[in-house]
Amino acid sequence: MLLSITTIQTALAVGAIYSLVALALFISFSILNIADLSTDGCYTLGFAVGATVTLAGHPFLALPAAMAAGACSGFVTAFLQTKLGVESILAGIIVNTGLYTVNLAVMGWSSNLSIYGSDSLFSLAKGLSDAEWWRNWYKVIVPAAILLLICLFVAFFFRTRLGLSIRATGDNADMIRASSINPAFTITVGLCLANSLTALAGCLYGLLNTGCDINLGTGMVTVALASLVIGESLMGRGSIPKRIFGVVLGACLYRLIMAVAIGANIPTECFKLVSALIVAVAIATPQGRKLIALQRQKMAARRKGGTQQC
Amino acid sequence: MLKLNDISKTFNSGTINEKRALDHVSLHLAPGDFVTIVGSNGAGKSTLFNAIAGGFYVDEGSVVLAGEDITFKPEYRRSREMGRLFQDPMRGTAPHMTIEENLALAYLRTAKKQNAFFSRTSKAERRFFQDQLALLDMGLEDRMKQPVGLLSGGQRQALTLLMATMVPPKVLLLDEHTAALDPGTAEKVLNITKDVVARNKITTLMVTHNMNQALELGNRTLMMDGGRIVLDVSGEERAGMTVGGLLERFRAGAGKDLDNDRILLSE
Repeated sequence: MLLSITTIQTALAVGAIYSLVALALFISFSILNIADLSTDGCYTLGFAVGATVTLAGHPFLALPAAMAAGACSGFVTAFLQTKLGVESILAGIIVNTGLYTVNLAVMGWSSNLSIYGSDSLFSLAKGLSDAEWWRNWYKVIVPAAILLLICLFVAFFFRTRLGLSIRATGDNADMIRASSINPAFTITVGLCLANSLTALAGCLYGLLNTGCDINLGTGMVTVALASLVIGESLMGRGSIPKRIFGVVLGACLYRLIMAVAIGANIPTECFKLVSALIVAVAIATPQGRKLIALQRQKMAARRKGGTQQC
Repeated sequence: MLKLNDISKTFNSGTINEKRALDHVSLHLAPGDFVTIVGSNGAGKSTLFNAIAGGFYVDEGSVVLAGEDITFKPEYRRSREMGRLFQDPMRGTAPHMTIEENLALAYLRTAKKQNAFFSRTSKAERRFFQDQLALLDMGLEDRMKQPVGLLSGGQRQALTLLMATMVPPKVLLLDEHTAALDPGTAEKVLNITKDVVARNKITTLMVTHNMNQALELGNRTLMMDGGRIVLDVSGEERAGMTVGGLLERFRAGAGKDLDNDRILLSE
């Protein structure tokens, strides 16, 4: 069998975590229209901070601590582009590079960190019940519950005045300048929120796997983009709740495709290439459809023209 | 209401492309003034608007709004008290947000307290938006949940006008806001403009390239050339003026003929 139940469980758990990163990119990339490339470093930062706090004996504090660290990273990215005039893509790259050292420092200058054996969010959740189904599914339920909470919050947030201002900042910069909204402020809030979600995801992933190394985040931005693009091409640009649902759906689908790839015995070394291919195909699909439609139209016109000539 | 004291602005200063866009301009608007502005290409009309709205800070001189010196106040802070419309109807509204959401954003201007950031549109506000939309007489009040991108240029411009004036601003800047619309729609938007301005007694500056409009609308007409105001007519002198007379006066003031490839001398 291509997909065992464990594979599906892992796919769902990791899908929920990836959904958080995809949501972060949804905020920065789709809503604010900013390519924030600090995702990779921020994801690792979330794990580094979360694991360190967990090791210090505060398993629940790990999540808010990771989110706060992510928000700080987002603030730096935003500060660089709004106040210091650094190009937004460059700001992300700079922060991403700097975060590598920061992450090493947080992890105590070691390139990997294990929380195996210490009390963590997941080990505590596991101990909640001895029931068979809970033992099987808690690894899916915990991230899914957190994801649900975050989705509800994001959906609510983007209907408040501040949320509307952030959406308008990405939708029409001219309009923002002519209305009473300070774009520097909305961009900062948006990026802080987005990066706190990325860090939360990194933290959850590290806790789920009871440890990770410094390269945890490498390629995350591609993964999240893939999820985002799959989601948006499936659900279109409807209302915010619909789009959030699309993002989550996209992340889970992406993870399932990867699970199939794992099931098909594709060597681990090739995963990055596979995810890059998925992204390229997903982004190219709408354009490909247009090209095919145009070719059909051309052929139909030629056929028609041909009969007229005869 | 609005005072410009001897303002100047030079672009690309010190390079071969140096351009003195505003050259010691002084202007004083009384509350309720409706001023039309005409001028050649590159005369400094839009630059004047940018100087007032805060698109850049002026090199010299000061800008005073209702007694407050706003010379170095950033654009987004000034826009609490200023409404602005551009020629391009796409510039004033967010296309992927609904009509209601766009109005809610414009209504933010009234929010003095920070906690208003986390409030959502209330039922009373929604009804208020609906009433305001009904005044436009374009059927938009029944389309509140639709994205603005689906509206026509004229409808979007009317909506932008409503957003700029729903909370009456101290100054309204109209930069050829009907020029990109078809004649019928342009007239409609212009009528709405007249109504709104008259109803709220808003101090208004309007750039136009239609010479008849420049004389018909409002109570004062300015002509600009080379970054200066070369003609300023109001009162009886303006009441008796024809387009021909206006051009004559321009030639006397600027020392050349009015040159604008889009200018409309008659209807």
